[in-house]
Amino acid sequence: MSVNITFLVVTGVLLAAGFYLVLERTLTRVLLGIMLLGNGINLLLLTSGGRKGAAPLFNPEVPADEYSDPLPQALILTAIVITFAVTAFLLAMIYRSWTLTSADELTDDTEDIKVSQKTAYDEEEDSPVAEDTTEFVDEEGRPVREGEE
Amino acid sequence: MNFLDLAPLAVVLPIFGAGAAFLARRQVRMQRLITIGILTLTLVLEAGMLAAVWGGESYAIHIGGWDSPFGIALMVDGFSSFMLLVSTVVSLAVLLFATSQGLADGDEPGPVSIFHPAYLILLAGVSNAFLAADLFNLYVGFEILLTASYVLLTLGGTAERIRAGTTYVVVSVVSSVIFLMAIAMIYAATGTVNMADLAVKLPELGQGPQLILHVLLLIAFGIKAAVFPLSLWLPDSYPTAPAPVTAVFAGLLTKVGVYAIVRTETLLFPGGSVNAGLLVVSALTMVIGILGALAQTDFKRMLSFTLTSHIGYLIFGVAVGGPLAIAATIYYVGHHIIVQTSLFMVAGLIERRAGSSNVTRLGSLAKLSPALSLLFFIPAINLGGIPPFSGFLGKFGLLHAAAQHADPLTWVVIGAGLLTSLLTLLTIIRVWARVFWRRAADAEVPNQELVAEATQVADETLAGGAQNPRLGLKLAKQLEADSLPWGMRYATGSLVLAGIALTVFAGPIFEFCERVAAELIAREPYISSILPF
Repeated sequence: MSVNITFLVVTGVLLAAGFYLVLERTLTRVLLGIMLLGNGINLLLLTSGGRKGAAPLFNPEVPADEYSDPLPQALILTAIVITFAVTAFLLAMIYRSWTLTSADELTDDTEDIKVSQKTAYDEEEDSPVAEDTTEFVDEEGRPVREGEE
Repeated sequence: MNFLDLAPLAVVLPIFGAGAAFLARRQVRMQRLITIGILTLTLVLEAGMLAAVWGGESYAIHIGGWDSPFGIALMVDGFSSFMLLVSTVVSLAVLLFATSQGLADGDEPGPVSIFHPAYLILLAGVSNAFLAADLFNLYVGFEILLTASYVLLTLGGTAERIRAGTTYVVVSVVSSVIFLMAIAMIYAATGTVNMADLAVKLPELGQGPQLILHVLLLIAFGIKAAVFPLSLWLPDSYPTAPAPVTAVFAGLLTKVGVYAIVRTETLLFPGGSVNAGLLVVSALTMVIGILGALAQTDFKRMLSFTLTSHIGYLIFGVAVGGPLAIAATIYYVGHHIIVQTSLFMVAGLIERRAGSSNVTRLGSLAKLSPALSLLFFIPAINLGGIPPFSGFLGKFGLLHAAAQHADPLTWVVIGAGLLTSLLTLLTIIRVWARVFWRRAADAEVPNQELVAEATQVADETLAGGAQNPRLGLKLAKQLEADSLPWGMRYATGSLVLAGIALTVFAGPIFEFCERVAAELIAREPYISSILPF
């Protein structure tokens, strides 16, 4: 199988830039990153089809090995539609987030912060047990037997 | 015409149902009727499918009459139909729970009416992923269920849910990207995406390319299945969603990832070349997950951590390999789906009953809510692995299989598994002691309503005295019935019963799992029923 090396390099650059952007906290940059990732993957799928060739429409005069591989193209079409839907959803979500907080940044989880600030001391489990709660010993610590009182 | 030719309906019915439910978005009652009807129909169909392959048959459906490996094939075998049936049972119970909640709250037509269509789409995606017999169709199944889950997770669009949803969406998209990358490379290397065809062609590749493809697939599925260190998104995003949504996510979504991992390990890469890595990962998943659960004060977050922790057992089973371990894994998947979903439903009930799912605010519920206590107690000790419940049987099967031919590493992981089981029990006991057992007045942040109700019930018991000792209980039941609609209680109860059924019928079910495991390991039935030669 022959591979177009330019495509592979471009794929690598797109994916690297995409993953870098996804790691940002700013949501619009994350969105841009996801779009780059989508395009990079589509290019990779295209590359996986092998060399270029004639359009894969059946024609008795064209020998079988001159067609290009139609399957990656079908896969790319599906992937484009899915990326499109996810992008639209993310845009809506970013807009909603902006409306609510007028910020474009992802904040930390409040429960996470709470847990990270917790101490190991647990009031219910670790506090000393009050000594005068037992009914089985008297004030000097001798066991109380039935009928003695 | 074979009955199993109807299998695509498991995907098609929910999709058409979703369309119909969306058209009926202004008529809430109609929408509920459609959704419940469609799910019941799917359930009957899938029960029939499971019965047809119970003996260990596998049946391939070639969509559009295109022969494999050129067309899209769907695979009905023991594993896929078992997962289909369990997932539909769970989603029907959750749907009834949600419907009852909606009835009680009187949800008006509006943006919320998107719940039913999105729910059905989610189920269509799950079914498609289970039935898919080629990698790209599996990817499409994942995308269908993920897109629906984005909508369900951010339902209502509050600031909290949007924040949690962002993490979830970005992580899911990245996992899909990695999955697609794997598909592209696999296609470049072998020229096919059909799983049966791949099972034949992948071994012809060299060790290096095989390992890369294998690990890429495992990373993609590992994010979806929430395997450590790819699991940290889950406890961050699940708990903020509405109770029914969290319940169904907890049951289904991660298990689709586990299903894909089992298929990858048994069908595509049967050599077990990364088993040592999987063993380490499974031990870390178990122990770190459960330590996370111990640190939480919010019940729903705690459950999310136990969810990721117990995924470790499933990965452990896959890593050990062999018929008994795989059989125990399949049994444990069924157990885990049902138990984890019922616990999340109980969390929803607790939140509704006491106004909070934060353990520091709760107490007295054993006295105030006897039925709820029972509904919590059974799945909780089941999760903790107390005999005779299915959690114990599944864990016993896994550890027994692992101990049969164990090397030192496996023994360490067995120890980790036992430790996790113990810590799960500790987590559960702490919840029981605080939420149900202690007095509401002793809570760190006492909830005045609960305290008042507890005093009321105690007074009533005293007033009843010896002649009428059940007076207090009667009041508690009355209070419970006022705050928890019967539909929600019965839906949760039916799922708890399903969990018990898994215990009672453990014999035949485990035998079935063993047949399925033998089939998975042999690979031959799968390959020969899809490929025509």
